[in-house]
Amino acid sequence: MDLLEYQGKQFFAQFGIPVSDGRPVTTVDEAVAAAEAVGYPVVVKAQVHAGGRGKAGGVKLATNADEVREHAGNILGLDIKGHITRILWIEHASDIAEEYYASFTLDRSAKKHLGMLSAEGGVEIEQVAVDNPDAIAKIWIDPVDGLSEDQCRQWVKAAKLNPSAEDGAVALLLKLYRAYNEGDADLAEINPLIVKTDGQVHALDAKVTLDNNAEYRHEWAEYEATQVRDEREQAAHAKGLQYVGLDGDVGVIANGAGLAMSTLDVVNQAGGKPANFLDIGGGANAEVMAGALQVINDDPNVKSIFINIFGGITRGEEVAKGIIGALEMVDISAPIVIRLDGTNAEEGRALLAPHLSEKLVSKPTMLEAAAAAVELAKKN
Amino acid sequence: MSIFVDENTKVVYQGLTGSQGRFYGLRNRDYGTQVVAGTNPKKAGEEVDGIPIFANVADAVAATGANAACIFIPAPGVKDAVMDAAKGGVEFIVCITEGVPAHDEAWFFNKLKRDFPNVRLLGPNCPGIISPGKCNIGITAGEIAKPGGPVGIVSRSGTLTYQALYELKLQDIGVTTCVGIGGDPVPGTSFIDCLEAFEADPDTKAVMMIGEIGGSAEEEAAEFIKNKMTKPVVSYVAGVTAPPGKKMGHAGAIVSGGKGTAAAKMEALEAAGVRVGKNPTEAGELMVQVVREHGWA
Repeated sequence: MDLLEYQGKQFFAQFGIPVSDGRPVTTVDEAVAAAEAVGYPVVVKAQVHAGGRGKAGGVKLATNADEVREHAGNILGLDIKGHITRILWIEHASDIAEEYYASFTLDRSAKKHLGMLSAEGGVEIEQVAVDNPDAIAKIWIDPVDGLSEDQCRQWVKAAKLNPSAEDGAVALLLKLYRAYNEGDADLAEINPLIVKTDGQVHALDAKVTLDNNAEYRHEWAEYEATQVRDEREQAAHAKGLQYVGLDGDVGVIANGAGLAMSTLDVVNQAGGKPANFLDIGGGANAEVMAGALQVINDDPNVKSIFINIFGGITRGEEVAKGIIGALEMVDISAPIVIRLDGTNAEEGRALLAPHLSEKLVSKPTMLEAAAAAVELAKKN
Repeated sequence: MSIFVDENTKVVYQGLTGSQGRFYGLRNRDYGTQVVAGTNPKKAGEEVDGIPIFANVADAVAATGANAACIFIPAPGVKDAVMDAAKGGVEFIVCITEGVPAHDEAWFFNKLKRDFPNVRLLGPNCPGIISPGKCNIGITAGEIAKPGGPVGIVSRSGTLTYQALYELKLQDIGVTTCVGIGGDPVPGTSFIDCLEAFEADPDTKAVMMIGEIGGSAEEEAAEFIKNKMTKPVVSYVAGVTAPPGKKMGHAGAIVSGGKGTAAAKMEALEAAGVRVGKNPTEAGELMVQVVREHGWA
């Protein structure tokens, strides 16, 4: 789960990381009141789940109430890479002496936590990684040991930060590691990590991704509330289905994430475009199948539906009964192509046989089924 | 032969008293797996369909000689369950549970490596392992696999593993062992661990490897295949056309450096001499071809 910048800063603040005083607001009047409270000059910042906010005009400096009013009015409702701005973060502007980059994430190859620190912070850090990789100091942290103060100091020295900022950076990075680790983050990134003109080291931005699997041991309801999903995803999420909306016209239902991904592949290879990714999980009972069909059916772009089920533990006849039951529960507008294979697939297909029609087609293999679904989508 | 598990493997199921643990534990026993014990600290002394329940894995090992554990404990308890199994003295731990926090996984992976270097962990979030005809631990339907050889399978995906087993069975081709390593960020057992074991197993003549987008495990496996494997490998990578995953800030981009897409993985595998199918069916056909060409079945 990705946090908005202000949520990331609130998350950091819980671990004692210095961040700017600020307020999240949703109206122009609230923006002005927030600016008065934190003191001018302020920065008015769009809170959306997208990068490149500055370039899109979503970050503006304001020195008085009129300027706050003007910028807040312009930024609220602003479309940044398809994300409409509904929340602003108003924070006291900082006097910046230096801009660094710092992050912790999991290095899946090394199976250890990876800290990255660079004196060349700012928006172009990915370019720095390509052009001058030595400018990024890396540290691999064994999760059992954690990050010690000595290790942290050596890492900071290796990054060649301004020596006067060393103590402040060590203190902040130790807190950032705690936030990353105890806070169950997949990513905790500060870009830029700044040194203010008064010498203080401070997180000017916050990019935090939390591990949804750890939600049971945290209070994340507030973060969950601001997650933006498209309508189809919202509906599927409510039914507990793994759904990702795409822009094609072949609706896809499969059991298992790997098979669902594979189904997208074969639809593309057959010359079609999938409308979605939908994994209904290992089982495939009537209720789950009906829910999945409902979600697909509500998508106006869908011209045909490809149900791709491989019976492992769930036997073919149970899957067939599930599909027949679902068809009784939901009135489906687009034609359906079913590929049912695996354990007791023949028994399953026999159960489906009396229900087959122009609108319900059964194909024995994944490739034939994909071709049929693509053809039907083109015909409709 | 087979890798990691065979007819001599004796398994203790952690969570055998829960609904999932009971269902699959008994199903595995029906298949022929030696299911010798279960654990539940609150139900020691009871039994599940004749299988004795112990307070912890150490007690189960002492009483039954169990040498493997299978975890069906809900995610919040997995970290403790893994350590209970390792301390209890088993050498192989299969963790089926999905939804384990990544920080827990990273912690117990490194803890095992340091304090219990001889213990192998498979998973979490995996379908388990089956050496057809000998031992089935986890949620794979045993009847879709033909025993024997000459093919070994290693996969990151559950249903695609079943698909591969089934397609080979239809062609009357047997499998020595099929390992589902799972798709989590820190899998206990990697592609390379399995490839190494298959390379050393005399009955495995060829290997089928099923990958997925994300991470760099397939690229690392390709490097291993190029340098260390003599046996032919056939592969499929799911997600050629999957929507690009969420971008993990700048850190993710810096770490991955262009790796992780299905195209990059397939390219790396092909460069290592692996025959790569563009869908599961084609990969199955390629495997059949390899087996037939060599007269292995």
